[in-house]
Amino acid sequence: MKQIKILGTGCANCINTMKMVQEVAASKGVEIQVEKVEDLPSIMGYGVMSTPGVVIDGVLVHSGGVPLRNKVESWL
Amino acid sequence: MSELRPQKSVVIWLAGVAVTVVVWFLIYGQLVGIANWIISIFGLSRESQLGEALHFFFYDTPKVLMLLVGVVFIMGVIQTFFSPEKTRALLSGRNGGAGNILAALLGIVTPFCSCSAVPLFIGFLSAGVPLGVTFSFLISAPMVNEVALALLFGMFGWKVAALYLGLGLGVAIFAGIVIGRLKMERYLEDWVQKIQAGHLRPEQREQLSWVDRFESGVHHVKEIVGKVWPYVMVGIGLGAGIHGYVPQDFMASFMGADVWWGVPVAVVLGVPMYTNAAGIIPIVEALIGKGAALGTVLAFMMSVIALSAPEMIILRKALKPQLIAVFAGVVATGIMIVGFVFNWLL
Repeated sequence: MKQIKILGTGCANCINTMKMVQEVAASKGVEIQVEKVEDLPSIMGYGVMSTPGVVIDGVLVHSGGVPLRNKVESWL
Repeated sequence: MSELRPQKSVVIWLAGVAVTVVVWFLIYGQLVGIANWIISIFGLSRESQLGEALHFFFYDTPKVLMLLVGVVFIMGVIQTFFSPEKTRALLSGRNGGAGNILAALLGIVTPFCSCSAVPLFIGFLSAGVPLGVTFSFLISAPMVNEVALALLFGMFGWKVAALYLGLGLGVAIFAGIVIGRLKMERYLEDWVQKIQAGHLRPEQREQLSWVDRFESGVHHVKEIVGKVWPYVMVGIGLGAGIHGYVPQDFMASFMGADVWWGVPVAVVLGVPMYTNAAGIIPIVEALIGKGAALGTVLAFMMSVIALSAPEMIILRKALKPQLIAVFAGVVATGIMIVGFVFNWLL
């Protein structure tokens, strides 16, 4: 099971990113646990400057804008 | 991933872009004729109020949307050469006016979403970008954006777009220099001051091919134009109504150039409003057609975009109220100067 964290202060792009990650996971049959991180000091703790950011199993894989779908597919 | 793609796909992209550009210009040149033809189907001419309003709508909607798609695509490609991390590295430790100028310019081309204003703000400060320079970036990035420039160009021509670009940068540079001089670092929230430099992720950017860049351009169009087109339609719809039905020179009485209080009132009215350039510019054009002064409406527009109440609420998480007040005051002053200068020049 992959632990995925979506970093972002709750803007539309963050919600879209989360939806996309969940969709891709469902279509590939990958089990994931998604958590939203909205608290600014913790977001900054990952060293992210532009949100949304995506953290998979503790590793930051993306920051800034909604990721492209094929990128999400390559993570899972 | 990109190196697995055959070289052929770059050629296909280039050919596709070339064909699109030609078709784009062919259609763009025919828009007045197309609008005339559409209203003639309804049995109307531009002589009637309804005909004039519909013509405005059917001419401006495709024109603005086509310009938006073109400019946003180009900007999407340009932005692949920049990133907040690169911009931060360029600005780190730069004091004085040159840093402010560079920051304002980078604000145009660096990919930026107002929802990440705070993380970006803190990321810049913790890497040694001076506070005033950071503000120049934060003011310029949302205000001088490709959507505003494309719309201004489409509706008022290149001179107004260039003036907006120059004066928008001017406001960002001026406000940043003033805030920097005031030494307001202690008005950052305590948790922000504690974040140490070196805590941040080093820049790691994958190599992009031209195919990736073109795809980013298309992605950018989908994201931006997909988001703003309803605003454009509503804005042009309202603009069309004003165009067809509001009497000539109606606006001159309270938004004209010789009404001295017009500019400050426009700036104050703009603060609680939150929309983007896409919705406001079509209305602005229609108002100007009815005698409103360009400086007054541009000040209104800049205020709506650069000084929004929701953005200040977000910034409040990192800034103490005194710094927010100074930020709002300095930017508002800059915008008022722009408004007066425009009214006086044109």
